[in-house]
Formats: sequence, structure tokens, C-alpha cells
Amino acid sequence: MRFVDEFRDPTAAKNLVRAIGQTAEKLGRELRFMEICGGHTHTIYRHGLEQLLPPSVEFVHGPGCPVCVIPMGRVDDAVWLAHQERVIFTTFGDMMRVPGTQGSLLQAQAQGADVRFVYSPLDALKIARDNPGREVVFFAVGFETTAPSTAATLVQADRLGLENFSVFSNHVLIRPPLEAILGTAGLRLDGFIGPGHVATVVGSDHFGFIPAEHRLPVVVTGFEPLDILQAVDMLLNQYRDQRRALENQYSRVVRPAGNAAALQLLAEVFTPRETFEWRGLGYIPDSGYQLAPAYARFDAERRFELPGQRVADHPACQCGLVLTGQLKPWECRVFARACTPERPIGTCMVSPEGACAAYYNFGRLHREAASIGMG
Amino acid sequence: MDEVITLAHGAGGKASAWLIDEVFISAFGRDNPAELTDAALLAASGRLAFSTDSYVVNPIRFPGGSIGELAVNGTVNDLAVSGARPQWLSAAFVIEEGLGMGELSAIVQAMAAAAKRAGVRIVTGDTKVVPRGAADKLFITTAGIGLVPKSRMLGAGRIGAGDAVIGSGPIAGHGMAVLLARGDLALDADIRSDSAPLNGLVEALYAAGEPSAVRWMRDATRGGLGTVANELARAAGLGILLDDERIRIDPVVRGACDMLGIDPLYVANEGFFVAVVAADAADAAVRALRGAGADQAGTIGQVIAEPPGIVAIRNAFGGTRLVDMMIGDPLPRIC
Repeated sequence: MRFVDEFRDPTAAKNLVRAIGQTAEKLGRELRFMEICGGHTHTIYRHGLEQLLPPSVEFVHGPGCPVCVIPMGRVDDAVWLAHQERVIFTTFGDMMRVPGTQGSLLQAQAQGADVRFVYSPLDALKIARDNPGREVVFFAVGFETTAPSTAATLVQADRLGLENFSVFSNHVLIRPPLEAILGTAGLRLDGFIGPGHVATVVGSDHFGFIPAEHRLPVVVTGFEPLDILQAVDMLLNQYRDQRRALENQYSRVVRPAGNAAALQLLAEVFTPRETFEWRGLGYIPDSGYQLAPAYARFDAERRFELPGQRVADHPACQCGLVLTGQLKPWECRVFARACTPERPIGTCMVSPEGACAAYYNFGRLHREAASIGMG
Repeated sequence: MDEVITLAHGAGGKASAWLIDEVFISAFGRDNPAELTDAALLAASGRLAFSTDSYVVNPIRFPGGSIGELAVNGTVNDLAVSGARPQWLSAAFVIEEGLGMGELSAIVQAMAAAAKRAGVRIVTGDTKVVPRGAADKLFITTAGIGLVPKSRMLGAGRIGAGDAVIGSGPIAGHGMAVLLARGDLALDADIRSDSAPLNGLVEALYAAGEPSAVRWMRDATRGGLGTVANELARAAGLGILLDDERIRIDPVVRGACDMLGIDPLYVANEGFFVAVVAADAADAAVRALRGAGADQAGTIGQVIAEPPGIVAIRNAFGGTRLVDMMIGDPLPRIC
């Protein structure tokens, strides 16, 4: 597992930072690049990359944090499911602390609901096999990155003929929210750092619409600090060369057409919903996955009579503006005051990939103390 | 030998006597072969350090140790980082009915071996057996007494800006070893707990120079290095600047942390401590620790005046980030 070291090499980073500085100076203009994926946001703050860039180059945080985009009503549905008799409700750890109007799953657990956190939907499947007398529900969240593992789990559940396993699908697609953001009036963006993990499944070509239809550059990018610095360098070079293209920085993993087997699996197990609600973005057509008719018996939304209430986000919460890059985390009116990782109001403060949590945990220092000296 | 622990082993009758003699006394020994007294009688003078801790780790065995070593080393280390020379331990066992006798015996023998390694004696103890489900296999509580030499004065109030922060070795081994040993992750890696007594290293540190140069020590157990650094910064009213490149982490441990999205700064250790020493004593202190077997010991940061109460870490690229207190408990029942 030494594979990460070469992507954290300080000398290579310094060379890239120097190149970025020189190009930015030649360009002599301000440039705002949106990193779509929350994984990138996390890396940017964790490694202090913002401080390494010239002041004219700015990161804008995007909507690609799967936890952050789940609206409150879906959390309420999850809590409701967890409280049903005989249910073992399984979820990724991140979702445990997301607040709904009736509290979080963590609070439901404290009240006696059987909520268990898992690292993979296959863990949930195993729990179902080990507990034949119980109803095991998996809280599925994530973009096309994680949807194939949910799909593979469902195929296996089908093969095993499991009758006590279901999935509460909150899987979403990456392109619709990007279209929504690109259609926002008055939004100024100069390019995108494309989501490497999603692209492993959907392929880098999936993002070709950004230069083709919106005349903006996009670079599909990996998740190590050097990957992101290189992507910034590539974006700047496009501006220097007056190009607006799709480029693939993460070619060691991402293929232009993606992963055919995973895409086939998605097509078999899921079907697009007519519309799906996104936190802060509202309802977006064709932006969510539900279980296809052949797998309908594993669909928790059909197996249980979900209340399915749609509730408005907390009135003070500005996650929507943060998720669309219109507001920096610290500009939100409740950031670090009413909303902290201990007592989050919005989802962006919960997930380690959320812009607010990443900024609160890692980046806050630089606005509180301009410089720290060590030797 | 009975194969499993039953409620009879805790009832005070024949089975209890057998368990105490054959499992506990045979491993720990006793001072007075003629009779088993109600309390250990000990002679000591001067300043004493006294500490207690309960151990509920799940699973009770993991690569690099078991609940037995943890129960001894944990209390030894709490005494050692208080400047004490650990002398005597007590050990109280809450055993769930049905625990395998062989399993209990192996853990008790591991405790005896850990006590021998640390140079302490387990001089008193207690055993209770509870019905199935009332405990999870085995809980152990140890308490310990140590003698504190007069010259040793530790406290956050003795720390000043410019002091060096020393780490005794690589971090995050224990927490990751326990997490992987639970077996509910589809991840297999050769990671061992770092559970070890620290009193030998503390003695080496004091032998390296003036006792007053050692300002503060803490073993970084639950919450890891990040939490201990925050406790230090708050107690001292000073800032701590850690240096990412100097914090040692086994590459396999770091790989596992990366894959699971866990920050190794917050992962528990059971054989790692942080010492704050005067800047001009740091090199000698590190040399002494390495000479005593902590070959990856080193200076990992320094105390800074501003901003007070804040921990920051500088990474290899020259960027710095905040290290906050940990939120919640990502890995329950780690010790």
C-alpha cells in the first residue's frame, strides 16, 4: 500500500506550484475553478492547497458530496425506516449524524432503533443472511461511483433469493446537477476539476458536454494533492493556449468510455426517477436512480409505506448556495456559530467531504491566524 | 480443567477457589504461600502516583496483543507518563459466562508476561462471573501505584513557547489493528497493535538530562495524537505546531487509514507517548529514546505562542491545517 507516496512528493509539488504561479502571472486575470467532487474538497483543505496557489486562482466547491445533497425529507424517511419493527437499518457512517427534522440516525439508535454502520452494501447483505428473522434495509447514497456496488449487491441478493433485504435508494447522477449549476444566472466559473471516481464508472467522455456546450475547460482529476495541482496547471495551460477542452489527468485509472461492466450493471438494476430532490438545488428531472421493475421487490420504498414527506431545509441553512459554489463556507450565516460538526444544521457540515466540514476542520486556521512560524 | 467459565466460578465455592489457584495465582504468583489475604500489604514512602482504567476492547485478542497486555500496559503507561516508576497493579475481572477457559488462561498469562516485561507486580485482584449477555466475554479493570522521584515535576504550566514536542514512535497501529481484527471489513493487512510498556522509555528520557527539562508527558491512547495535542494546547494556553513529515506512520497503517477515510492522527495507540521537553534538551532526549529501543522516536513539532489553544499541522508542501478535537467516536471499544 505504498502507492500514495509518489503522489505526495513535495519536490514535484513545488515544481507544479511554481509553474502554476508563472502561468497565472502571464494570464493576469482571475480564474475560478469548481472542484465537482467532495473528495477533492477534502484533499484541498487537508493538504492546504489553497494557500499554495496564487491569489488570482480560486477553488469553488461543487455539489459532488453524496451526503451533502441528501434533503432532510429523505433523512426523515430513513429515521422512520430505522424505527420500524424488526428492521435492522444499515448505513455508511457519514449518514449517521445527518440531522432530519426528527433527529439523526445516531439519535434513533440511542432511542433503541437497530442502526448499524457498514463500509459496503455487501456487509448489509451479510447481516441479512445472518438475521433471517429481521428486515435489513440498506441506506444507499452516492453518485455513479457507489451505485454499481449497490447494484452488484442487489444482483447477489436476487441470486440468493433473499427475502429480508431491501435498499432505500438515494443514488444520484452527476450530470444533472452540473447542468443545473451551469444554468444558474450570474454564476461565474472558468472551468472544472472533474470527478475522478465518478469518471472511472461513467468515463471521462461523460464530461465532454462542458466544453462542447458551455465553452469551459474540464480536467478529470485524481485525489492526491499532486493530482489536483497538476489539474490546475492543465486548466491554466488551456487558458494560456486559448483552448477549452476535456482533458484526463487521471488516465492511470479513468478510461474515456468508463467501465462497461459497471455501466451494464447500473442499466440492469436501476432506472432513472422522473425527478429527485437535491438539498439546496430543489427537484432536478432524471437525476436519481430507483430500482428497476425486475428488482422492485428489493425496493424499501415499495416494501414499506414510507411517509415520504418532503420538508423544507432549515431556514438558516445555506447549504444550497455552498453546494453550487455561490457561497464560501465561512460566508454562510450559521457557519461555525449555530452550525458546527458537533451540532450540524446542514449536511455540508457533516460529511468529511462537505465543504463546510472540510473547511471547519482543516482550513479555518488561515482566516483566524494569518501566519504561523516554525523555525 | 473445566472447558468454559460458568457462574459457579464466580460463586465463591470450590470452582472459584480452583479458578483463582490454577489460573490466576499460578500466573501472577503470591507473596504469602500460606494464606490468601484480603489486601496486599505494601511498603512505600515519598510521593505516590495512583491510577485506574477499565478495558473493554472488542475483540479480546488482536494482532500484537490482547485485552491482557492492554490492561497491564495501559495502567503502567498512565503511571509512567505521570513521572512515576510503576510498582504494583491490581486486576479485577468481569467474565461473561461461557468464556473458554483456555482463552481466559492465555489472557491471564499474557498479563503476567506483560507485568514481568514492565517490571511491575500484580499483587491483588478480584473475579466476578456474570450471566451470558450481561458482559461481552471479558472486561478487566486494573489499578496501579508508582513511586515518583522528587526531582520530577510535570505539568502543562511548565511548558513554554519554543519547547519541543517529541513522539516516541509510529502512530495509529493499535486502533487499526483492532478495527481490522473485528473482521467486518473486507480488508486484510498486516497491522499489529503497538501495545507496550512505556516506563523504560520514560526512565531513559529522564536519564538523558536535567529532570526539569521534561515538562509534560501523555500517552496518546483513545483519540490519538490529535486529541492529546489538543489537550496539551488547551491546558498550556499555547499553540502546538506539528510537522506532518516527522510523524511516523507505518506505510501499511497509512494505506489502511486512507482506504477507510480515517485520519491516523485520531487513531488510538497503546505504546506511544508525547513528551514536551526544553528545546535544547530535545536532541539528547530523542537519542536516549532511540537508545532504549524506540528507534522511530523523534521531534514531531513544537510549542508556539500564537494562536493559543490551537493545534496546527504543517504538511510536506508547506501548507498548514488545523487539527481540531475529534468529533464523536469512530471506533468504539478500542481499549
